[in-house]
This record gives sequence, structure tokens and C-alpha cells, in this order.
Amino acid sequence: MRPPAPVEDTRQRVLDAALKRTGFRQDALIEVLHAAQNSFGYLTPELLWYVAARLRLPPSRVYGVATFYNFFSLKPPGDHTVIVCEGTVCYIRGAIKIADALESEFGAAPGDTSPDGKVSVAIARCLGSCALAPIVVIDGQLIGKTSPEAAVERIRAIVGAPQAIPA
Amino acid sequence: MSGTARARIFCCAGTPCLATDSEAVKKAFEALVGQTPDVEVRESGCIGLCGRAPMVRVESTDGSDALYESVTPDLVPRLVATLTEEASPPEQLLDQQTPFFTRQVRIVTANAGHIDPERIEDYLAVGGYEALNKAVTSSSPQEVVGEVTRSGLRGRGGAGFPTGVKWGLVARAEADQKYVICNGDEGDPGAYMDRAVMEGDPHRVLEGMAIAAYAVGASQGFIYVRGEYPVAIRRLQRAIRQAERQGVLGGRIFETPFQFRVDIRIGGGAFVCGEETALIASIEGGRGLPHPRPPYPAQAGLWAKPTLINNVETFASIAPIVMHGGAWYAQHGTEKSRGTKVFALAGKVNNTGLIEVPLGITVRDVVEQIGGGIVGGRPFKAMQTGGPSGGCVPASMLDLPMDYESLQQAGSIVGSGGLLVMDDTACMVDVARFYMDFCMHESCGKCIPCRAGTAEAVRILERITAGGGTHGDLERLEALCPYMQEASLCGLGQTAPNPVVSTLRYFRDEYLTHIDARQCPAGVCTMSALPSEAFRVGGRP
Repeated sequence: MRPPAPVEDTRQRVLDAALKRTGFRQDALIEVLHAAQNSFGYLTPELLWYVAARLRLPPSRVYGVATFYNFFSLKPPGDHTVIVCEGTVCYIRGAIKIADALESEFGAAPGDTSPDGKVSVAIARCLGSCALAPIVVIDGQLIGKTSPEAAVERIRAIVGAPQAIPA
Repeated sequence: MSGTARARIFCCAGTPCLATDSEAVKKAFEALVGQTPDVEVRESGCIGLCGRAPMVRVESTDGSDALYESVTPDLVPRLVATLTEEASPPEQLLDQQTPFFTRQVRIVTANAGHIDPERIEDYLAVGGYEALNKAVTSSSPQEVVGEVTRSGLRGRGGAGFPTGVKWGLVARAEADQKYVICNGDEGDPGAYMDRAVMEGDPHRVLEGMAIAAYAVGASQGFIYVRGEYPVAIRRLQRAIRQAERQGVLGGRIFETPFQFRVDIRIGGGAFVCGEETALIASIEGGRGLPHPRPPYPAQAGLWAKPTLINNVETFASIAPIVMHGGAWYAQHGTEKSRGTKVFALAGKVNNTGLIEVPLGITVRDVVEQIGGGIVGGRPFKAMQTGGPSGGCVPASMLDLPMDYESLQQAGSIVGSGGLLVMDDTACMVDVARFYMDFCMHESCGKCIPCRAGTAEAVRILERITAGGGTHGDLERLEALCPYMQEASLCGLGQTAPNPVVSTLRYFRDEYLTHIDARQCPAGVCTMSALPSEAFRVGGRP
């Protein structure tokens, strides 16, 4: 029994194209998961189940790979993603303070999304731009020589002012 | 001005320069001189001084050149003016006679700043793929292996295994199919040499892989690149397409029966995949778990076939060796550590960025000459080499030559090439805790010495940096480290204790100050006012 495709839309077609391009080879699992995540934003249980069926792999193997690599996320991301580099140089230059500032400002701990679903914060172990430390990456754009205040201000400008929570 | 002589402007397009908006600078140049037939505006690979990004290199028609730091779009008209008239250059002009430039020997990074990494024509114009041509049309595979052996080149990924010996092992293995893998899973925090090489000169890596494939008899190659390096991935993909169209990759390379194809595999953010057997497991589509060696990849690697696996920088060293001969390469460096090494210099030095130096250069020369001394004239405390697998070189050993043997004797390693310079504001216990915490998170969990050992070491180090450490903690730490070094399955666990062992060797007094006086001399660790008894596992100090 093959489970039905989770959603019939463009995102699904991108995934199916990746499956076809790699010839449904079992060793292409990681590439297929990369394609699935790029297309859907994160990996749902239905997606993992679907990939397992199409590659004729045990679901445990697919789940194992998806949870082994830091790149794959099984939780929905926020509208905007922020990566705080905590490589050695960024660490020495105060990366922890940046992560702390983001948590207190947006309520998103590393690896989590803010309660309003707007900002996800992730930690990276060195992005290789150490000369610009400390760095953050906001929606794919690398920002160097930043500070807790500057990073918060920059993200605030993107996501907008905090919404008043109705009493 | 003749039609051939053209001034060229190279805007560095490495990740740090792109992040400081070198693209806006390039656009400003294009808007100003893009329509001028005698000036070309190009991108280039990492010029080196990443701390002062974005960098621009201006090459006049007479071949002379000038380097500029921290270039902004509004500076562009003044830079263009220097090409045509006797305009005085702006203060962003860099003096290329300073030791930062004169003490470097550029072999791997020779093309950085001189070619556009997105154009194979540029690479061909500086003699690219001629070494591959020479190898496949006028040398036997054995002769190529011999030349690499003569060069004395050792693996630049960290372990320093002689490259020629490795090639010979794979070449002699009997199999219907062999593979060549380029390890671009540069995971050490603070190291970005491979990113710079893949971004700045992708064809050099491909050429090295193709020569290796010819030498060992492989027809398929893989480049395993970190997912954290999107620019490198994009440039490599483009380079592979260009090389196939040009006939230097694919079938019938240089009209010979030799064929070689390269595919890219993108990593998933797992440090352990830098270990060769784990990397192979990852290419096969599984979890990146290492397995015991032997069998070595040279005997049974990817899909159990003989596999040559080298680091990016190693492959990037191959073309010059084949072109100019092993003896030429061997004139650089020391007797046992030949050639040059690319380092990522970071931390509290004035000049941070990418440097290439002959092996055997002293720590002092790197810090004082190339690095331009410590920021603000503060005292040098230590240089950390080799990242989470390495150790520290203290101020008392500033004249230590940086080669494989000397660094190992000092309790550190050459490693992949990250150099972190620290002044008196760095706490060595905290540095050790940082690296052990890194290894704990990145441990794959397959073997117990690494999985449990790193976690226990982190607990002890956290206790010490929080002011709750005891002398018993130090004893436990010193007992734990050798267990991990000897009993762990792969390099990750075997080398994880190195930063602890090294800091205990040279900075034991700092550990003792944390424990006895409950103070952090550098003022980094926030010691809790009073350690709770529950926190204190090791009993009374």
C-alpha cells in the first residue's frame, strides 16, 4: 500500500522531480530529503513516510537520517529564520549574548520558534566567516560584526513591532 | 591604449566580502566603467584580508596592481580615477610590502584576486587544466603518483598522512570501479580555508580530483560540501558544468580514453561527517556514523570499492605539483613537512583572514609579522591550532615552528588550519569547555567512550567554570582523557580531549585559580556566589 501524496501541488512536484532525477536510488535519500525540506519548509511525518515508500526504505531508516543531520527540521519554521553562529571566534566575541537577547526579545530559544510564529532561531557551529565575527544570518543574508542590540533591531525591522496581546 | 591591454577591477566575492556588500561595490564599478571597453569589472576569490572586507584589487594596463580595503560604493570614482590620471589613491590603499603580504607564499591560493571563479576562461588563461593535460597525455598513472610522492605533500585535512602513499595504495588496489572523494565537510569551528578555495578557485579543486582519478584509475568522483556553504556549492556546480562543456571533465578527456565525472553531495550539518568513514556512509545515503578501520577506504570505501579520499586543499595543491614537479613543491617547508599550508587566522590579531605560508614558519612570525601583532598592544596569551581536535601553543613557545612534528610534540596539531590568537582576556578553561561542549553535541553516539566521555568532561568543566570545581574534578578529568583518546572509535572522540589536555599542560594554574580562589583570572566565567552542595558532586575540595 502506497500512502497518498501529502499535498498535490507545486511543492509536491518539486519533490517528485527530485525522486525521479535521482532514479529512486536508496542512496539518494539525503538529497531527496534536502529537496523535500527546501520545497515544504520542514519534514512532516507524512513526507517522511512518503519518501520511505518511494525509495522502498524502512521508515525507521528515513526517520533516523532525518533526525541525525542538524539541517533537517521536523518542526515548522517561523516566517523568518535567524541563525546565530556560535563558532569559536563568534563565541569569544559574545555570540551567546546575541542568542540570549533574541530569546528575551522574541521569546524564541535556540532551536525554537517565537510564540507568534514569526521568528525561528537556530544555532550554527561556525559558518566560516570568522573575520566578521560575531555573525548572524537573517533569512539567508549574512550580517557580520553585529551585536545583541544591532541584531535585535535588524530583526525587529523585518518582523515589525510586537503585537499587543489582547487581555 | 591597445585593444588587448585592459585594466581589470576585481571585487572580492568570498562570503565575508559578499556579506559586507561587495556586490554593491561591483555594481557601482559597472555603472561607472561597465561601458568602457578598456576596463573589465570582475569578481574574484578570497583576497585574504577578510577582516577588512570588502576588498578590491585594481590591475592597471601595465600589470601593476593595487589592493584596497573596506571599499564602499562612494569610493568607486576615486579608485577608477587612479587608473587614468595621477590621482592620489585614497587611504584605503593597502601597502603590499608589509609582512602580511611578503611573508606569504601563495601556491594553493595563487589565483585568488586574479581570476573570476565563475569563468572557466579565466582559469584556462592562467594555465588551468594544463597540468591535467600533461598528466593524461604524457605521463603514466605511476609517474603521476611518483611526482606527488616526491613533492612530500601530506594530507591537509588534519592527519597529515603522506598523499603520495595514499594514492599508491588506491592505484594498486584491484577493482572494476574506484572512486575519488573530495572532503569539503570543513567542520572545525574557526576554519574556513576550504570554503575560500572552493568559492575562489573551484576549477583548481576539480583539476586536482581529475589528476587523482587518472593516477588511481577512478572514473567517478564526489565532492562532499558542507550545507553551510551555499556560495561554494553554487560555484562548484557551475564549474562542473563549464568543465564538462569544455571537455576537461566527462568522457574522452583531452581526446584520451580517460573519463571522469564529478557529482556534488551536500552535507547535512554533522561535524562527524568530516571523518572519512562517516563521510562515506553519508554519501551512501545513511546516517554519518564512522566504522572501524581497517578496512581503510583505500581498500574498501564507497560501496565497498577502493576509494581515494583527500581534503579540498590537498586536491588544490596537485595541479602546481604536476606542472612544476614534486621537487619544486618540496623546496618549501621543512624536511618532513613540505610545501605550504593555508590557515584561517582569527582572534585578537590586527590582520585577520586567510593566509598561506610555508610549513615551519614560527608562531611568532604568524602572530607578530603576518598578524600585525595583538589588537590594542595587549599581551599574547596563546594560539589555538587545530580547533576541537587541537591544542594551545603558549606564549613561552612563540618560536615553535609550525610543522606537523613540532606542533604534535607541543601537544597540538596542524589540523585543518584554524588559528585562533588569544590575548589575556581569554579564559583557557572556558576555551576548553567550549570545545568539549562542541564535541559532545557533535558526537554521533555510536561508541561509548566518546558519547559518555564528552558529556562527563563537559559536566566537570562546567562545574569548574561555575566556581564549584574540586581537585577531585581535575583528577577525574585527567583520568578520563586517556580513556577517550585510546578507546574511541574515530578521530572525533580520540582527539576531543586534546584541548583539555593541552590547557591543563600549559595553564594548570588557571584551572587551580578557578577551583581554589573561585575566580576567573580573565574575568570570563561567571562564578556563582556560593556553590550549592547539590551542585558539588565531587565532595569537599
